Amino acid sequence: MFDRRLAENFDWGLMGITLLLGSIGLIILYSAVTAGGVSAQQSLYYRQMVWFGAGFFLMTVIFMINYKDLERWAPGIFICCIALLVCVLVFGKVVGGSRRWLVLGPVTIQPSELVKIGTIIMMARFFSRNASRRGFTIRDLIRPAALVLVPFVLIVKQPDLGTALLVVLIAASMTLFVGIERKSLVYIVFAGMGTGLVGWFFLKGYQKQRILTFLNPDRDPLGAGYHIIQSKIAIGSGMLVGKGYLKGTQNTLSFLPEQHTDFILSVLSEEWGFLGSIVVLLLYMFLFIWGLNIAHKSRDSFGTILSVGITAMIFWEAFINIGMVMGLMPVVGVPLPLISYGGSSVVTTLIGIGLLMGVSMRRYIKE
Amino acid sequence: MSTYLNAPDNDWYKERLAGAVFVIMAAFSLLLIRLFYLQIIEGEEYRRLSESNCIRIQSIDPPRGLIFDSRGELIVDNRPSFDVSIIPRDAKPVEETLNRLAGYMGMSQEEMLERLEKQKKSVPYKPVLLKQDVGRDILAAIEVHKFDLPGVVINVKPFRHYINKGSAAHVLGYLGEINLNELKSGKYPGTEGGDFIGKYGIEREFEDMLHGTRGGRQVEVDATGRVIRVLKTVDVKPGTNIYLTLDEELQKVAEKQLVDKVGAVVAMDPTNGNILAMASSPTFDQNDFVTGLSYKKWDELINNPDRPMENKAVQAVYPPASTYKIVTAIAGLEEGVIDETLTFTCNGYHRYGNRVYRCWKNGGHGTVDIYKAISESCDVYFYQVGQKLGVDKIAFYATASGLGSRTGISLDNESSGLVPTSSWKKKKMNKPWHGGETLSVAIGQGYNLATPLQMVTFMAAVANGGTRYKPQLLKQIESADGQIIEKNHAEIVGRLPVSKQYLDMVKKGLWETVQDNHGTAHGIRLKQIDISGKTGTAQVISKRQSDSDIEDGPEHHKPHAWFVAYAPSEAPRIAVSVMVEHGEHGSSTAAPIARDLIKQYLERNPD
Repeated sequence: MFDRRLAENFDWGLMGITLLLGSIGLIILYSAVTAGGVSAQQSLYYRQMVWFGAGFFLMTVIFMINYKDLERWAPGIFICCIALLVCVLVFGKVVGGSRRWLVLGPVTIQPSELVKIGTIIMMARFFSRNASRRGFTIRDLIRPAALVLVPFVLIVKQPDLGTALLVVLIAASMTLFVGIERKSLVYIVFAGMGTGLVGWFFLKGYQKQRILTFLNPDRDPLGAGYHIIQSKIAIGSGMLVGKGYLKGTQNTLSFLPEQHTDFILSVLSEEWGFLGSIVVLLLYMFLFIWGLNIAHKSRDSFGTILSVGITAMIFWEAFINIGMVMGLMPVVGVPLPLISYGGSSVVTTLIGIGLLMGVSMRRYIKE
Repeated sequence: MSTYLNAPDNDWYKERLAGAVFVIMAAFSLLLIRLFYLQIIEGEEYRRLSESNCIRIQSIDPPRGLIFDSRGELIVDNRPSFDVSIIPRDAKPVEETLNRLAGYMGMSQEEMLERLEKQKKSVPYKPVLLKQDVGRDILAAIEVHKFDLPGVVINVKPFRHYINKGSAAHVLGYLGEINLNELKSGKYPGTEGGDFIGKYGIEREFEDMLHGTRGGRQVEVDATGRVIRVLKTVDVKPGTNIYLTLDEELQKVAEKQLVDKVGAVVAMDPTNGNILAMASSPTFDQNDFVTGLSYKKWDELINNPDRPMENKAVQAVYPPASTYKIVTAIAGLEEGVIDETLTFTCNGYHRYGNRVYRCWKNGGHGTVDIYKAISESCDVYFYQVGQKLGVDKIAFYATASGLGSRTGISLDNESSGLVPTSSWKKKKMNKPWHGGETLSVAIGQGYNLATPLQMVTFMAAVANGGTRYKPQLLKQIESADGQIIEKNHAEIVGRLPVSKQYLDMVKKGLWETVQDNHGTAHGIRLKQIDISGKTGTAQVISKRQSDSDIEDGPEHHKPHAWFVAYAPSEAPRIAVSVMVEHGEHGSSTAAPIARDLIKQYLERNPD
């Protein structure tokens, strides 16, 4: 039954970082949704709190489950996730031209978020059973590649290229972690570049334009480039100590696009300055190193690879989002984990942290 | 330690984890450096920019490409529309400004506030449109009182202008505001909400060429809104100009002839497939769509029983009636069922099975050969040709002549018409074909359906000796500064399934239709020009039905009138097809329209 040592080994450090980031998120969100005195958005703030509540509940459920059981159930979990994605394509709700949401009674969920977790668990199971010092060859990688291709195609169809690429990025990070045989790695890199080049010639003119603009928002100074410059003004104008809470002018005058979701860090940097931003960045860094430390302490390779996968997921989301608002990255709709508004993102991140916690708590327990 | 189940060993993982830590450190160092650069090094500059909120976007809509007819006459251009907008941020106090403005504009303050309310969520420096396309009097009043109206701006926006109201409306099409699906589809790059795109006709078909690319500037402005610095510029690229194959003069003749009639006229150059005129009646005024159609007006257009929104030349299908006898004649000659010397006797009816099939001429035509059969349109002759051929042989020649399938013209919703076969009927109605139905098909009644465009395309092929051209509307595309970008080329899609010898025989019959004193269309004979043609009278409902159904009024029971023709007979330069719904007789209603078109065109274009 319930092991007393589980409670003794509870990972207070991970819990602390999570609570800190979550609290900071709620505080900034309050500023972002009250900006400009638009009262309609204030309900978002309370909804986010509800999402956090739900997320912490799921997190608890997850870390109570022995992750070794998850390894056994991995194929089932993965298939359920894929089934949800198929449901989205069939019954999904269309918002802004793409079909990403599934309406289940009072809640709408975004299965493409949950798929990230399902894919990580599935990949961790495969890699932990097959890893070797030599590293994986192309032949070994056909099966995991096929596994990733399924959710990738289904998410691209929604269409949500950003999330689809993120799934691939997470899977690739995990693969690089377990190691690819050197020769195979060279082949894969060249094959990837070759496919890209050939594919480029098959694209239509306007599709090429879109990709170029995506990679370099400056090409579209009247659209995406304008958002980025406003975001840069917001961040830069925060200077060392910021303009003060609720006093960011870029924020309150609505110069920022999507200020409560993708561009929430701009609000933080404007109001709290370099000092505030550094605190948040360092908190994220602690979170990731903590995650890798859990991977290091894990008793078995499934736990290690699972922890690496979860850490990679949160790392890439944070890195891409922060890079984007600072004008270092293309404009993609990737939320900032634990800080941006959005139920699916919050819940998925907390489920991921629940998995990390589960691995961490069982580090001293023998089978 | 045996607890590391499948783990290679601890050190190996340690090494890889160290690598991961390094990646994270490197990534975050990059972010920290960027943060430091933005907030500490460039911080002053960004603080200054944020304090004046001075980065604005000024966008310039691309002027849409012009449309000309084949002789270079401008038929669609853009006229300036003066739009009054207000920038809420600069219009303080808003209420007072609106109050004053209301006086000049003849628009209530409440109405304006409502518009402002709708836009409240958007950025406060963005102009909110109050009224578009205001008259010169309002414009003058606003200009004079400029200083009492802070934040009120007048923007000039190009509006589409169809110069000849209602002319060629179905070909040119119209514009409409882009909708969300179109916006998200990615097919209209560079557009944004509120833009107008082609929704119908040429405007839609050639949208990507006509539209052009939006331009604009990212500028820094001072407190009074003056531009101090241009940060980035995107050049506006005007849409390309399009020259159509239409001849506006001829188009006007066609339209004049169709006034108060319901139907369609298409004229084609048989030497290359260029459409010279395409008129459909009743028509509509595309300028109404530019300013936004009222619900009532749209309702009227949609519910009008004469279907003004339909391009009858390409979308409507009719039984081809006697014009179809040309196909039956070709099939009969090619299959050896008839020849130049074979004659039938017409007593005014033909008995088949236990039914009597009547000729349109009560007393009968007497002895009929192939020439007389065509020129006097003898039904009895073609009943017997059809009977000998069978429906599927006729269908083969009709299909090979381009009937029953779309011509591929660049216009929306083209109908394919119908060439019935026995297997078609089996599939569609699950009933076997009756021999008697073949007789109806042979004279173009029954299940046959064709569009006026298909008939003119077919007639053009007959005229030029058998070459089937794809009908074209686009003559050439020019850039805004007059460089030719693309020129059309005649596109051959096939040949009529007939030898020269037999086609010449058919053409002789068509010549006699007009030139012989007994020909069904001898009434339109001209002294100077030889016209060849074929009349058609398409029954709308069978005799029996019409007797029991009197309430509908006789107008809707009158047959449709067809006339297809080409001229000059020796070396044709124009082919025409005319369809007048409920026009009763092809010879009296449709043929004179064709004659006027031919006469006008050939007199203006002497060889």
